[in-house]
Formats: sequence, C-alpha cells, structure tokens
Amino acid sequence: MNLMEKPSILKVDNLKVKFNDHVILDDLSFDVKRDDTLAVVGPNGAGKTVLFRTLLGLISYEGKIEWANDVKIGYVPQKLAVGTDIPLTVMEFLKLKEKDTKKIMEALTLVGFREKAEHIHHDIRVIKTRLGSLSGGELQRILMAYALLGDPNVLLLDEPTAGVDIKGEETFYNLFKRLKKEADLTIIFITHDREVVEVHADSVLKLTHEH
Amino acid sequence: MVLKRMSLVGDALSHVALPGIAVGLMFGINPMLGALAALLIATFGIWYLSEHSEIYPEALVGVFFTASLSLGLLLTPEPELLEALFGNIDKIGITDGIFTVIGAAIIFAVTFLISKKLLLGIVSEDLAKSQGVKMAKINLIYLLLVALVVALGVKFLGTLLTGAMVIIPAVAAKNIAKSIKSFQIFASFVGIISAVAGIMIARYFAIPSGPAVVLTGVFFFVVSYVFKRK
Repeated sequence: MNLMEKPSILKVDNLKVKFNDHVILDDLSFDVKRDDTLAVVGPNGAGKTVLFRTLLGLISYEGKIEWANDVKIGYVPQKLAVGTDIPLTVMEFLKLKEKDTKKIMEALTLVGFREKAEHIHHDIRVIKTRLGSLSGGELQRILMAYALLGDPNVLLLDEPTAGVDIKGEETFYNLFKRLKKEADLTIIFITHDREVVEVHADSVLKLTHEH
Repeated sequence: MVLKRMSLVGDALSHVALPGIAVGLMFGINPMLGALAALLIATFGIWYLSEHSEIYPEALVGVFFTASLSLGLLLTPEPELLEALFGNIDKIGITDGIFTVIGAAIIFAVTFLISKKLLLGIVSEDLAKSQGVKMAKINLIYLLLVALVVALGVKFLGTLLTGAMVIIPAVAAKNIAKSIKSFQIFASFVGIISAVAGIMIARYFAIPSGPAVVLTGVFFFVVSYVFKRK
C-alpha cells in the first residue's frame, strides 16, 4: 500500500463566478490529485459547464485556480457549432491541431479507430467524412482523439456521452477505462449518470443551486 | 462568411460602402478609398458590438444596412448614384487595378495565416480559446479582410451587388465540396469564372457588367445545387 499522497495537479480555492449580478459559482474549493478521475455532477444550471469554462480560462472569476506547472489540457466540449453542411473532414479537423499524420493516426487508434482489421474500411471512410455528418458516438471519439493530440496530462470532458446511444456510450466508457489504465491522465468529467460515477470516478464534486 | 453563418453581415458591409463612395465623390478623391474608410468604421462598429453586447448579428445587419443606404442615398450626387449602386467596369483605371492586385495579395496572405484559427473558431469558439486562440482578434482581422474585399469590389459591382460575390461562390462551393481544401478551390474557381464569363457576356450583349457577373455566379450556384452532395 502506498502511503505517499499523490500531489495535486489542480487546486481551486474560494472560486466565485458571476454574470452581471447573477452568481453562478460561489465559495467553491476543491483539489484534484494527479492521475485521479473527478466526476462533476449536479442539476442543470448548477454551473458545471461554467466551472469547466472557468478552469480553461475562458471566463473571469474571483478566487484562486492553480494548475500544476506542467499541465497540458485536452478539452472535449459538450457540442460543436458545426453543422452537416460545413465541408470540414475529420482529418482536416484533426490537422488543425497536429500537422504530423502519424501522431493523428496514433490518436485515432487510441480512441478505437483503425484497431480491428474488419473495421478498417469503415474507419477510413470516417476519416474522410464531414465532421458534422458523424454519429454522436463517432463524434465523441473524434473529439477525444483531438483532445489527446499534443500529449495532454489532463482531460476535461463536458458530458462526453450526451446525445450518444447506449452502444456508443458503452464504447466511449470502455475507451475511458483503457485510457485511465494505459496513459498517465487526470480526467475531470461532467456527467448525469450515477452508474458511470460509481464505476469510473475516484472522487465526486457535486454542484448545487444553493448560492 | 458563409461557413461562419454571417452571409448577411457580408452583404450589409457592402452597403456601408455607399456613404463612403459619396464622400469620396464630394471631395474628389478615389471612391474606393472613401468606401474603404467607411467600411473600416463599420467593421470596428460591428465587431465591437458583437463582442461586447448581446445584440443579434441580424439586428446589427438591419441597423447598418438601412442607416448606410439612407445616408448614402442622401449624400451621393444623383448622376453618380446608379454607378455607385451597381458599379461600372469602364470607370476602373490603372490605379484601381494596382490597388486591387495589392489588396488581393494582402487578403490571400492574411487569410492563409489565420485560416486554421478561423476554422477552429467556426467548429467551436471555446475549443479555439482553450488552445489560446484570441478569437476576438481573429474575428476582427477577418471582418477587416471582408471589408477590404468589399472595398476592392464596389467600383466594379457597386454597393448593392458586391455582397453577392462575397456569398455566391462560397455557397455554390459548399454544395459540392467534400473537404475544406476542395471548398477553397471551388469557391475561387466559381468567383473567377463568374467574373470573366460575366464580363464577356456583358460585352457581347452590351449590358451592365455587374448584374451579368452576379447572374453568372447565380447560374453556377444553381448548377451546384443540382449536383449537391447528399
């Protein structure tokens, strides 16, 4: 048994976020240990996505957010603004972040594409497909591949299986389990699914409306 | 503008050129420069309001379109009004040609430099910002490029039709392109062919070149719609 406590990769102290006069997050303090998985839960409107956007530095706030010096964040947003009519292929999307095709292929393999010989034709078709034409499950795995480019040590996943069917959800959480095992990753994810929290999370942050 | 779902903002920007042309004519300076000055002011206005207020872009378009058109119609001397609204290729001189070549080179170079960030912002502004992309800056540069495109086009197509050539080649290309790369190629191709074929048709039938160019572009749009990717 390892008695050494893992170091923190994120420390949040007395965080407050408000839009105009409306307080969204108030007096929020927590820390996340390196390589842990934190589930963020709470009702709609409790500020889960706002918390993510604040952690990413997209929203101004009061209080303290301290990431470790070596932090590299991969972010999977809940949804994209891209419709089926935008002619951006999956490969072109991934190339927006990484020039090296070999690294892109590695990330795609990691999220389950190009893995099995019998799926190879389907997977090659997916790479050439318009981003907006993917199924919910495929899009989530592509967003995960995008997040994994650039070797992040933290993943922020905003409701990664919202709008995905049961099979797609199962595939996604199998990938989730494998990533936790194979890569040194700290994962912070938003979910509404209690079972997912029980199976995958090391700790839980529950946000409420009480502020 | 089409991929950003801001087509009508591009169209409204072209109308903003009218008061600029009018002021240029009044003071005897190149109307293209007058148009550019008016466009720059409007671009900063649209950008500032879209970044710092919650006014919908459609509402901004409505306000800028009607205000500019009204102001332009009041200020433009009547003999030049038709030309300002619909353009006249015969009035384009060597100086305008030089401006256009330099302007086009700047547009291509800057677009190339910001294209990845711009595309990422179209996919998700949050994703782009999380990677450190300053989206407000990229959006402003982009609007300024559109303003420059419009300024270069107003003397040829006029303030009412220039917006069409910002939109039509891109919409036509979007119908048939399989990727962003092919979208860029198709859009450039439709733009160039529409301009060249439109001018030749206008010469042959002795009709104004502006409407001929725009209608040629519309023809390509219809063809692209027929062969649209399912």
